[in-house]
Amino acid sequence: MKISGSQLVIEALKKEGVEIIFGYPGGSVIPLFDTLYSEPSIHVVLTRHEQAAVHAADGYARSTGKTGVCLVTSGPGATNTVTGLATANFDGVPLVVLTGQVFRSMIGNDAFQEADIVGISRPVTKHNYLVYDRKDLGRIFKEAFYIANSGRPGPVLIDLPKDVLLEQAEDEYPESVHIRGYNPTLVGHSRQIKRIAAAIKTAKKPLFFIGGGVNAAGAAPVFTKIVEKTNIPVIMSLMGIGSFYSGHPLNLGMVGMHGTYAANMAVQDCDLLIGIGTRFDDRVTGKLDTFAPHSKIIHIDIDPAAIARNVPVEIPVVGDAKQILEELLPLLEAPPAKEWIATVKNWKEEHPVTFKDDSEFLSPGKVITAISEQFPDAIIATEVGQNQMWAALYYSYSRPRTLITSGGLGTMGYGFPAAIGAQLGNPGKKVIDIAGDGSIQMNIQELATAVQEELPVIVAILNNGYLGMVRQWQELFNDKRYSSTCLMRKPSCPHHCTGPGKWCHHYTVDFVKLAEAYGAAGLRVTKPDEIEPALNEAGKSTKYPVFIDFIIEREANVWPMVAPGASLNQVLLGKEKE
Amino acid sequence: MQHIISLLVENHQGVLARIAGLFSGRGYNLESLTVGVTMDPTVSRITLVCGGDDVIIEQIKKQLNKLIDVIKVIDLTSQLAVDRELALVKINAKPNQRGEIFQVADVFRAKILDVGMNNMVLEITGTSSKINDALAILQPYSIQEVARSGLVAMERGKKFK
Repeated sequence: MKISGSQLVIEALKKEGVEIIFGYPGGSVIPLFDTLYSEPSIHVVLTRHEQAAVHAADGYARSTGKTGVCLVTSGPGATNTVTGLATANFDGVPLVVLTGQVFRSMIGNDAFQEADIVGISRPVTKHNYLVYDRKDLGRIFKEAFYIANSGRPGPVLIDLPKDVLLEQAEDEYPESVHIRGYNPTLVGHSRQIKRIAAAIKTAKKPLFFIGGGVNAAGAAPVFTKIVEKTNIPVIMSLMGIGSFYSGHPLNLGMVGMHGTYAANMAVQDCDLLIGIGTRFDDRVTGKLDTFAPHSKIIHIDIDPAAIARNVPVEIPVVGDAKQILEELLPLLEAPPAKEWIATVKNWKEEHPVTFKDDSEFLSPGKVITAISEQFPDAIIATEVGQNQMWAALYYSYSRPRTLITSGGLGTMGYGFPAAIGAQLGNPGKKVIDIAGDGSIQMNIQELATAVQEELPVIVAILNNGYLGMVRQWQELFNDKRYSSTCLMRKPSCPHHCTGPGKWCHHYTVDFVKLAEAYGAAGLRVTKPDEIEPALNEAGKSTKYPVFIDFIIEREANVWPMVAPGASLNQVLLGKEKE
Repeated sequence: MQHIISLLVENHQGVLARIAGLFSGRGYNLESLTVGVTMDPTVSRITLVCGGDDVIIEQIKKQLNKLIDVIKVIDLTSQLAVDRELALVKINAKPNQRGEIFQVADVFRAKILDVGMNNMVLEITGTSSKINDALAILQPYSIQEVARSGLVAMERGKKFK
């Protein structure tokens, strides 16, 4: 029996276990949406912007481990996906993004709503396809799903000319896939794994450093077993958060620019650093020349190109973190010297992550700590900036895949649509987007999506009237020259404003009214004693999103901080601590 | 240091753009690139010459390997390999200079492809350094145009593929 290209696409999605698609229709993809109209097993979520569709699919994928799927139209629909693709590509998130394309005969003619999306998206996808030939359609889908969620996962884009979707052909979705240029290494080299065990045995000050790869590989349980067996302390990148219980005494927290004092000191003092599923990104290492100066480095990663790119590596192992750690576990013995553990615990006690507990102003640390206590098993999405770092530092994570954040690309406007995707993938969980008043406005239109889908997502806006992270840099490194970072500024303000004063207009978006205008609930919190009742109130929702507008101290900073270009042991603890 | 890297890639649209984009996007130095189909019509061979220190070259090879359409990456620099480049050279040649140029061509085993009233076209094949030498010797005759093919290379002895 002959079927249309669209019918084969739907067949492919069903065979790949796709239950939900985030999309936005348009001329070129009408045939696909038409086929979806009569397909009850796939839920189509209509977002309000294609960028948000990709972020939502990304949030769904990060929180569930399944491949997120998007469907958008040609031209602007396709180009709007670029930021979402780059975000997912940077953090290794499995997505299949379907874009419409004009008729094959029109490609290259500057047709209406034509864009060379395969050309545009090439550097921000793991792989991409333009389907030239109807007979290749099934194979391409099979390959795309395989590529997206194997090896180091990533987004795969498939560009679908409208006439390919309409063309009838006699074919079935293939059962198997073979790509001769793509064979990710999963099993680690056993001699290298033995070398790791030997290095750990002789190390005096070993330290685990985990990244997003531990989350992605599902390696968290075996990693926890290894820590319990060896008593080696653990630090993590932003992406590694969640893979190891935050409350564990050997968890020293996040390392790097806004890492904890203990984590940064431990890196600088350790004699063996065991990096697992991390890229040794510049936000982690600080000044490269002085990073981990006394340490040999072991690096386990699924991506050979990530190994030894930024730091010299003594023992490289390419492979899947879970498989490698499972092979490593029985080889390990001999907990390290008690002295080392005492030293790191001492650093932890010396300068724990705290906040100024002021009765007058709301401190962001107090807000997030309260969220952590009220909703201890939540999935936290974040925007990007101060809110992201505060969310990383103050929330206590206990499970993998519970911090959904744009780590590599640092995409403002990511968190809210990602929270929507995470909520759809985890209906029973509490999903909270920790946002700033700047970044929430980058995809605020998704309130409509959340209301229509009846999602009880809580958006905690840490509202300081600033683009806070840039303002913090301007305060510390640019003499408080707050150039284009005040979100309250009006023409009558002094030209050189160096901070809040009598002249402030206090213009601010009324997020409570805005939420209500969309049909969501809005709450405002201005005093510390209002935090808990507001969270209680927000927690009652089961069917509608709640915005909580936390009016926080305007010039609160993220501490600790290692200044850009400095070594990790030059930790600034902030004026709050002095 | 200069490296010669031979790639076997899928022979379909967009593969060359992926390779070129990788070099431009990551700021790698690409000196020459040639592409042609192999005996298997679904596979093309790309030979590229690139520069950089060991760390950069290692990254280039790893990044090339990551491309789905790249089937195999072979660094021919450290192996026994043969490499050749072809250059077409159009030089000013007055009738009284032709004899000298024929002699030079003979030394470099160049072929005379065309002789005109005031110029001639030579085909020189050899290693890149031989072509550089030939061009240097021909320089005094005033070279009008040079078209170089870029390097093609192959491992000696055993065959890969």
